[in-house]
Amino acid sequence: MVVVLSDERVFDRLFHALADTTRRDIVSRALSGEHSVSSLARHYPISVTAVQKHVAVLEEAGLVTKRRHGREQLVSGNAETLRLAVRLLDQLERTWRARIDRIGSLLDEPEGEDR
Amino acid sequence: MTVTDVRKDLDALTMTLTAEFAAPVERVWQVWADPRLLERWWGPPTYPATVVEHDLVPGGKVGYFMTSPDGETYHGWWLVRSVTAPHGLEFEDGFADSAGAVNPEMPVTVAVVSLSARPDGGTTMVLTSRFQSREAFDRLAEMGMEQGLREAVGQIDGLLT
Repeated sequence: MVVVLSDERVFDRLFHALADTTRRDIVSRALSGEHSVSSLARHYPISVTAVQKHVAVLEEAGLVTKRRHGREQLVSGNAETLRLAVRLLDQLERTWRARIDRIGSLLDEPEGEDR
Repeated sequence: MTVTDVRKDLDALTMTLTAEFAAPVERVWQVWADPRLLERWWGPPTYPATVVEHDLVPGGKVGYFMTSPDGETYHGWWLVRSVTAPHGLEFEDGFADSAGAVNPEMPVTVAVVSLSARPDGGTTMVLTSRFQSREAFDRLAEMGMEQGLREAVGQIDGLLT
């Protein structure tokens, strides 16, 4: 089997990052545009420091990127990484759709001939 | 169109398909419960499945292999978690080595099947598939994503299209 992936921890981090409700919410907000950490923190009943920690986890997973703007840290979503997860689910969907189509054809055969 | 709905939950990395069949529940159940029927749809036509073991009880195992046009075989297994004939089935779905033994290097997905009768005498089937664990993702990553997706998740699904 050919190993082609350069960063082998990508899914590990992705899965961990998306496993938390607050982090998921941060990602969805950050995908719609740049947000400062302090403005993000207003949406949650947790400290700015706690939000910063969530952002760090998301950044490590490649789900958001951060840049400094004056005193603010600006966070924006990385749609490319989310697309990886989407592709994974797309693949599952294709497999099962094909199977369901074959079940449909099998059931369309007159009963008694299907074995 | 047989498939009436698809939902993909990115957060939980879960995919749910809803399908409708004209056949009654008992008959749809048979495509899961009868190994000779199962092997007619599990693999793509170019990679037909041969079911060698089919013990559809909690803790039971289903073993199969698929044969490529070149005669190469790919082995897989289910570990049955629960069965409530003819309405429900839950199993882990994984890969095996050429001797049919569980391959711990390959990721495992969990499938939940639910069949219910429709007023018109047909059947609604809801199928949910999700990755069992974070380790499953690690495995995919270790295998290389493209390769992993194609061989592990899609079960040589690339050949379907």
